[in-house]
Amino acid sequence: MKRLRLSACALAAAILLGGARDPILVPEVSQHEVDLRQGFTGTELLLFGAILTPEGSRAAQDYDIVVVLKGPTQSIVLREKQKVAGIWINADSTELRSAPSYYALASTRPISDIVDDKTAAIYELGLKWLQLSPIGAIDPAEQTRFSDGLVDLNRRNGLYREDAGGVKVSEQVLYQARIWLPSQVPTGTYTAETYAVTRGRVVASASSQVEVRKLGFERATANFAENYGFAYGLLAVAVSIGMGWLAGRLFALR
Amino acid sequence: MDVYLPIANLSVNGLIIVGLGAITGLLSGMFGVGGGFLTTPLMIFYGIPPTVAAASAASQVTGASVSGVFAHTRRGGVDYHMGGVMVVGGIIGTGIGAGLFSLLQRLGQIDTVINILYVLMLGGIGGLMARESIQSIRAERSGIPIAARKRRHHPMVASLPLRWRFYRSGLYISPLAPLLLGIGTGILTMLMGVGGGFILVPAMLYILGMSANVVVGTSLFQILFVTMATTMMHSMTTHAVDIVLASLLLLGSVTGAQLGAQFAQKASPVKLRLVLAIIVLLVAGRMAIGLGYRPDEIYTVSPL
Repeated sequence: MKRLRLSACALAAAILLGGARDPILVPEVSQHEVDLRQGFTGTELLLFGAILTPEGSRAAQDYDIVVVLKGPTQSIVLREKQKVAGIWINADSTELRSAPSYYALASTRPISDIVDDKTAAIYELGLKWLQLSPIGAIDPAEQTRFSDGLVDLNRRNGLYREDAGGVKVSEQVLYQARIWLPSQVPTGTYTAETYAVTRGRVVASASSQVEVRKLGFERATANFAENYGFAYGLLAVAVSIGMGWLAGRLFALR
Repeated sequence: MDVYLPIANLSVNGLIIVGLGAITGLLSGMFGVGGGFLTTPLMIFYGIPPTVAAASAASQVTGASVSGVFAHTRRGGVDYHMGGVMVVGGIIGTGIGAGLFSLLQRLGQIDTVINILYVLMLGGIGGLMARESIQSIRAERSGIPIAARKRRHHPMVASLPLRWRFYRSGLYISPLAPLLLGIGTGILTMLMGVGGGFILVPAMLYILGMSANVVVGTSLFQILFVTMATTMMHSMTTHAVDIVLASLLLLGSVTGAQLGAQFAQKASPVKLRLVLAIIVLLVAGRMAIGLGYRPDEIYTVSPL
């Protein structure tokens, strides 16, 4: 009897404390596999899901949602052109160990309204906060110049995108964001992260994966070119000679 | 018509690429040059990565020169002996070019070097051609023919040791001269993605002093083999030959080449040369301006 009363107390406490407990995120992606093949000119991914309070009731009005889709990171050399003796040449460069090949962010409000700079930096929320890991000692001003350059370049290429207001919440429970993958996206495993934020604090996060890959002919060609360079070269030469010869023949007949 | 390019990793409008090939094919049929000097910059301008553009342009030049070689062979316009020596030089040249290519790529200066080479080569050759064709047009108008240039090779060629007879070219010179010429064009082919015809033809005429009726055929013969070697070299080193891109270009260029050849038979050769000179100078001018103006992209990314 005593034990029963104790557990009833615990239950009551849990319910009372429940308001402060983390919400539940149930994320989903419209497509877990994106196939790069003939006719692929880019595709729109729908990242959607539900957000609930621990009790299972509607909760979305209390939370901001941030959705980040990130491509595999790459080691890159970033070069900067400067005018030297009247012509523009690559004059400065930096090496970055973890530049994302693709980065798209969508949120319910501008990131600066949702979290402070420290939190944004920790979770890499926004292009300003990408962790690029430059190699070697590099002074902060120069590092900012280079990362701004990279972000600007890839923004115009369509590989980096930020959409404040891109997450729509309906019925206070369902959220959705549309993210565009252009045709030049690299292959690899992409991670889709969803964050629920309240009062400047990330209270819940969930992630899922999207596989971007080449299939069939495109995949075979890329593999062939990469692994059997000699045979691939012979094929390319044969195709060019064949087509040149054929055209000569066809026109000679007329 | 959207086509996804598996090596370049992006999708392009196939018709634009075929059209691009057709324009350069027309030029090559009309003027006997490969047209690579136009394809590569235009493809880069369209958004294809520079390495893929340069690597795939070479195979297009192969296709365009095949039918030309057949045509010249039929009328005995190819000096295989001379051509063979130049092909050997050309293949050595592509090897050297491949080394230079990766060295410059590591230094990050490949684009600048390609651009400067384009400006110098095209500007120089275009200027020479323009001057010559204007002179001959004037001579035609005034009725006073220009004194025919005496056909003989450059004194430097005569000083080289070891002489061979090249019957069809009507020459008794050292094979080192065409070998060096072959090496030079081989390097250019690898670096610039051009066939090198616009350099070979004048060099064969004015430096080697070959008889004019075998010059175009032999230059096409050399270009054919050197572009084949370039395609092989790129396939094995940079892995940047996009066979889908190359096929689209070829489709346009082989057709264009045939049409251009038919058109060339009707047009006046002197005027054709002037037109080519103007096109070459325009491309060179555009690139020279590009070097001095602030480029659209200050930053470029390459894999580590």
